[in-house]
Amino acid sequence: MSEQQDASFAGREAAARSSAGKQRPKVGIVLVSHSKEVADSVARLAVGLAAGRDSAPVEGAGGGPDGGLGTSAELISAAAHKVDTGAGVAILVDLGSAVLTVKVLLAEGDELPENAQLVDAPLVEGAIAAVVASAGGADLAEVAAAAEEAYHFRKV
Amino acid sequence: MTDLTDELDAGTVFRWLTAAAASVEREADLLTELDSAIGDADHGSNLQRGFAAVVTALGKESPSAPGAVLILAGRQLVSSVGGASGPLYGTLLRRTGKALGDADRVTGSQLAEAMRIGVDAVAQLGGAALGDKTMLDALYPGVEALAAGGPHPYGAARTAADEGALATVPMRARKGRASYLGERSIGHKDPGATSSALLFTALAGAVADE
Repeated sequence: MSEQQDASFAGREAAARSSAGKQRPKVGIVLVSHSKEVADSVARLAVGLAAGRDSAPVEGAGGGPDGGLGTSAELISAAAHKVDTGAGVAILVDLGSAVLTVKVLLAEGDELPENAQLVDAPLVEGAIAAVVASAGGADLAEVAAAAEEAYHFRKV
Repeated sequence: MTDLTDELDAGTVFRWLTAAAASVEREADLLTELDSAIGDADHGSNLQRGFAAVVTALGKESPSAPGAVLILAGRQLVSSVGGASGPLYGTLLRRTGKALGDADRVTGSQLAEAMRIGVDAVAQLGGAALGDKTMLDALYPGVEALAAGGPHPYGAARTAADEGALATVPMRARKGRASYLGERSIGHKDPGATSSALLFTALAGAVADE
């Protein structure tokens, strides 16, 4: 079962890569965690594991307004604008206030770049899948699907 | 005595939110203590930071319509709280403010209707319902009592919200961090419902001041 899903993921990725023009802007990815260290480290991990390709724009948005554990609307908004190349922005989050804050920012309408999307995916595995897909030239829907698929990679 | 046909203006809402900030400041330790039992012990300090930002922003901008005051305050809460209570209270105030529109004066009935829309938006955002041991367990009874009117609608709303918060003690949490505790969440008063009750106390105080 997992092999089959791996194969379909690889296929999607290859298709995304071959259909992508070289000049096509890449989907930006924002990683929101309650911890700055987690957000930034997961960003580095995902870019590192996608090595060998041109990377995708990835930013961590971790920690609260006071720099401690929590969620900062300002950091999320700034990170989303930073990675926005016009191809859309996929936002992955850990839990609780990270989920709620992104939902509220999306509902506001003008806080995030147009074509920003909250992706329902596990943060670490989803980030790796999203960065690999985006680096390979996938569009926003494909990046989101790759990240969401990470929920189904069973480990046992 | 106030009733629901009495009109409120931006000044009333300003006093309401200022009183809420003072009350959050006063009760911050209690809120954090309640949150340390079933959450992550930051509810008091988070709301304190959020409402301090609200008071600062209102001091600078002072909008002239009740709806605009609430929208500005909600925005401050979303950006400065840092925990789940920021987006939740921010949504409550913003959606209530949006529902009031740009009228300079609104009646208590209009406020009650707008708050009902705000509370529904909170329920939708958090995916929670009455009885889940959340802030909704104080907000819904408070709004219903306010909408029902009567000789002392704001006092009745305060009482209903207080009772709603107290009623969370025997509940088992089904949302948020507290839900991870399962059965162990029973026997503790919900910090979110407690802070929501403070909001109705502040409203009753602000209206009676007129």
